[in-house]
Amino acid sequence: MGLESVIAEALPEVLTTRLDSLVNWARKSSLWPATFGLACCAIEMMNATSSRNDLARFGSEVFRASPRQADVMIVSGRVSRKMAPVLRRIYDQMPEPKWVISMGACATSGGVFDNYAIVQGVDKIVPVDVYIPGCPPRPEMLIHAIMMLQDKVMKESIRDRKDVNELEAREAVPPGTLPASGVSALNEAAAQSSSEKETAASMSRPYTIASRHERRRSS
Amino acid sequence: MPEDINRKKQLEEQSATTTDANDAASPLVTVLQSGNYDWAGEIMQAFGEITIIIPRERIAEVCQLLKTAPGLEFNLLSDITGADRGVEEEPRFEVNYQLFSIAKYHRLRLKILLNEDDVRVPSVTNVWRTANWHERETFDMFGIIFEGHPDLRRILLPEDWQGHALRKDFPLRGYEPYSLT
Repeated sequence: MGLESVIAEALPEVLTTRLDSLVNWARKSSLWPATFGLACCAIEMMNATSSRNDLARFGSEVFRASPRQADVMIVSGRVSRKMAPVLRRIYDQMPEPKWVISMGACATSGGVFDNYAIVQGVDKIVPVDVYIPGCPPRPEMLIHAIMMLQDKVMKESIRDRKDVNELEAREAVPPGTLPASGVSALNEAAAQSSSEKETAASMSRPYTIASRHERRRSS
Repeated sequence: MPEDINRKKQLEEQSATTTDANDAASPLVTVLQSGNYDWAGEIMQAFGEITIIIPRERIAEVCQLLKTAPGLEFNLLSDITGADRGVEEEPRFEVNYQLFSIAKYHRLRLKILLNEDDVRVPSVTNVWRTANWHERETFDMFGIIFEGHPDLRRILLPEDWQGHALRKDFPLRGYEPYSLT
């Protein structure tokens, strides 16, 4: 008894499942990591995608150069304090749903680098889904972590993750990233006044690239 | 066997003579002494390395001379490093200039001693342009101010960093744990 058996009898060519299972299956079968190597762990990460270990067997070999196209961030190596805001920005640029793997002792806890320059664990900056021990972990361990992440993805529901963080993330400026250098007060004031002008004329774009025809005419 | 022993003796003698040669007047030292420079009064020699302590207000002038004078021709500034001798030491900081001559193949170290309350040194960026980044690093790590430097900013640590990391009184783990959460 039950709806499924009724449907299976009436419509034998129709397969019924939960929407969560379908979406999660699609997500876990093609996890695209962001290309983001930080230290010696990145060498093992590269090795995991090479012919001997072949991460492609698990649907996760397409390392994307742009965080906009990536699902997984593999933090492979020690995160210095200067790199921390950069890492956070890359994480914020990744679209939801997104996951983080902390690869190796340094990314997980700072490792042997218990000093001022290294962030003591990447979970101080971004939420981490899977931790891998080792210094560095073998490629098999990274593959295992990705399979664990796939199991985790299968347990999620599409109602759990929402895109609420996206808008905030676009507005947020992590400390130490902008402005790029020691801007003098004069430059700052000039930048402020120019930005005010821009907001006033919000319809006009801040700069335009001359079209091909225009360039041909001017040259 | 006796051959081996003989050879060993030979080698020992050789090494002894070479170290002697290093500690004795090297060609560079004779050139410096013959120049009758008033800043080169005390030339320290140890382990085949030559060091001269320079008064800090004369460093730019001395460097210019060392770069151009015939027989010296230090056309390469290998490195500028700072050193913190300890919080309680009286000349607390030192700045070391490692010079090298590609033409003459000799090396020289200039040393400046600084008190803690006045860590200012004239810049040598006008002599060697590579001094720019070396001086920025020394400023970043030790807080030594290089006067006349065109762009004295931090080079290694983040821009909003507090303190200077290689000073002896800087805590190893920083002042507070870093976290964005």
